[in-house]
Amino acid sequence: MFPELNNLLNTTPDRAEQGKLTLLCDANTDGSFLVHHFLSFYLKANCKVCFVALIQSFSHYNIVGQKLGVSLTVARECGQLVFLEGLKSSVDVFFRAQAEPHPLQFLREANAENLQPLYEFVREALKPVDDGEAAWRCPVLLVDDLSVLLSLGMGAVAVLDFIHYCRATVCWERKGNIVALVHDSGDTEDEENNILLNGLSHQSHLILRAEGLPTGFCRDVHGQLRILWRTPSQPTTQRDRSLTYQYKIQDKSVSFFAKGMSPAVL
Amino acid sequence: MAAVATCGTGAGSTGSMVAAGGKNNVTSFQRRGPRASGSDSSYSRLVSIAGTRPSVRNGQLLVSTGLPALDQLLGGGLAVGTVLLIEEDKYNIYSSLLFKYFLAEGIINGHTLLVASAKEDPADILQELPAPLLDDNVKKDFDEDACNHKTAESNIKMKIAWRYQLLPKMEAGPVSSSRFGHYYDASKKMPQELIEASKWHGFFSPEKSSSTLNIEPCSLTHGYIKLLQFIQNIIYEEGFDGSNPQKKQKNILRIGIQNLGSPLWGDDICCTENGNSHSLTKFLYVLRGLLRTSLSACMITMPTHLIQNKAIISRVTNLSDTVVGLESFIGSERETNPLYKDYHGLIHIRQIPRLNNLIYDVSDVKDLAFKLKKKLFTIERLHLPPDLSDTVSRSSKQDLAEPSKLLGPGCGVMAGGKKHLDF
Repeated sequence: MFPELNNLLNTTPDRAEQGKLTLLCDANTDGSFLVHHFLSFYLKANCKVCFVALIQSFSHYNIVGQKLGVSLTVARECGQLVFLEGLKSSVDVFFRAQAEPHPLQFLREANAENLQPLYEFVREALKPVDDGEAAWRCPVLLVDDLSVLLSLGMGAVAVLDFIHYCRATVCWERKGNIVALVHDSGDTEDEENNILLNGLSHQSHLILRAEGLPTGFCRDVHGQLRILWRTPSQPTTQRDRSLTYQYKIQDKSVSFFAKGMSPAVL
Repeated sequence: MAAVATCGTGAGSTGSMVAAGGKNNVTSFQRRGPRASGSDSSYSRLVSIAGTRPSVRNGQLLVSTGLPALDQLLGGGLAVGTVLLIEEDKYNIYSSLLFKYFLAEGIINGHTLLVASAKEDPADILQELPAPLLDDNVKKDFDEDACNHKTAESNIKMKIAWRYQLLPKMEAGPVSSSRFGHYYDASKKMPQELIEASKWHGFFSPEKSSSTLNIEPCSLTHGYIKLLQFIQNIIYEEGFDGSNPQKKQKNILRIGIQNLGSPLWGDDICCTENGNSHSLTKFLYVLRGLLRTSLSACMITMPTHLIQNKAIISRVTNLSDTVVGLESFIGSERETNPLYKDYHGLIHIRQIPRLNNLIYDVSDVKDLAFKLKKKLFTIERLHLPPDLSDTVSRSSKQDLAEPSKLLGPGCGVMAGGKKHLDF
């Protein structure tokens, strides 16, 4: 996790909030550093994490996680982390008929209706352990990323339904958190993606949006991060609080600074 | 991922990872004992594969794309286990050349090739590969020159730096041909004996008849399903995924797929806007899954300028690791633009992956142009020519500013910009 981002979000691993949906969004840049942040944050906060990693392999997250101070292999072995490696499982699902329903079953089907097998997997993974010892704090579902599901043939409504079911189980029933990454396609007319993004934006409690600089490439400022706190359940007359920072990604951390206050400029 | 010090999913991993076929949990990269990072024995074991080298940034295993200039722009080379997507130029001239360089590099390094095409027979493609500029040819010329000078120099005794006389004379010529990345002569063909000595598999889409499909009809087009099964068969049978422990000599599988997405593969995204929009993206996803779990690297050329639905292009970009776009000046109004008179086209590095890392090697130069001379395909920074006209009028500045504005959006993943200002 990035300590500076924790300060901006006003959280620490000890006092992580519960029952929240966090939406990560990137436009014209790569927002995967946010995924690494939340993964290491929740592992350090002693939460049980179910990570649906559709876009990269396990060793990728593991190596970056080690730079951020968590070991995914250890977490997986002791049961804190349930890792669904999308790329590897997709090969298994696609080429061999599976006996039981597989979470990525929709790859084999021509017109998959919904993501129910994936939801069942998540529900099973974050089931509270009944042996009496309160091992982990709260369940967390982390998805990287949801836009891939659209590319794999699911409709935006099916993905929204999946998140809705997960929210009902993870956030409301078990007081856990959900963090999901969606790409913002910007000006390319990807309507399904826009539906998904808008639908999730209205449901989320916290939106972190990583954008590229409007003026183009810069070596010292890699992008801009907009943070928006929302209260979706209670309509309030107050405006939602929002902050904008610019950031630079380094080897093991990300440094944030106010707009125009990059150390390279000062 | 093919990283040097990675502990992939070792054969005995328990834990709660979902893997329906649990017995196939093998990958060739297993950590030997508890080591922090950069274990030396596996390092040397992986480096011993011909034609590869580890990346300086994260120890990733890299292969050359066949163009040393492109290797440098991509941070050292193409990472094993990743997909390089080339967005074709309008008439598919330079992208097919890059494709051939990629295959030729595989032959020189002794890698196994898998060539898939719907347009040309892979055997014909292999006949057309460019000849390498091997150092033997260059060395011969160099030695001839050196011989003329040597008789004069060898008799001169050094008076002051006499210790240096005992050292062997430095050879400032090219290093031996086991280096990473070679140059090719586009005007000559690869010698027949090299092609015959190489191991290659060809997939020619019209030839593969519809045999029994053992998977349910999903939304992939027929050609893609056959290609995926073919690739998976080769990977499995030849042990590129580490499943066959008998194979001692490890090798890289270079997969080259030409014109993916064109109507010849049975896909209609280039014909209509509301075509089968998931076929290509699903194919890319499963292909990447195959690549990540095996010692292979893939280059795909795709006619993205023909795809009607722009949303598919952005999805395809997100699903590929490295994306390079080619734009040739043939037939466009830029051919006569004085800004571009020395070059044949522009090259846009649209995306470079961040593998095993938060950061990645990105070059500061975003305006890159290429030109093809007989022996070399060079990629250079686009230089604005000096404005030597007598009247530096507004209109001439506008002409020059217009193309540089268009270069702006091709800024890569770091940031997209519409204005031609840098921060």
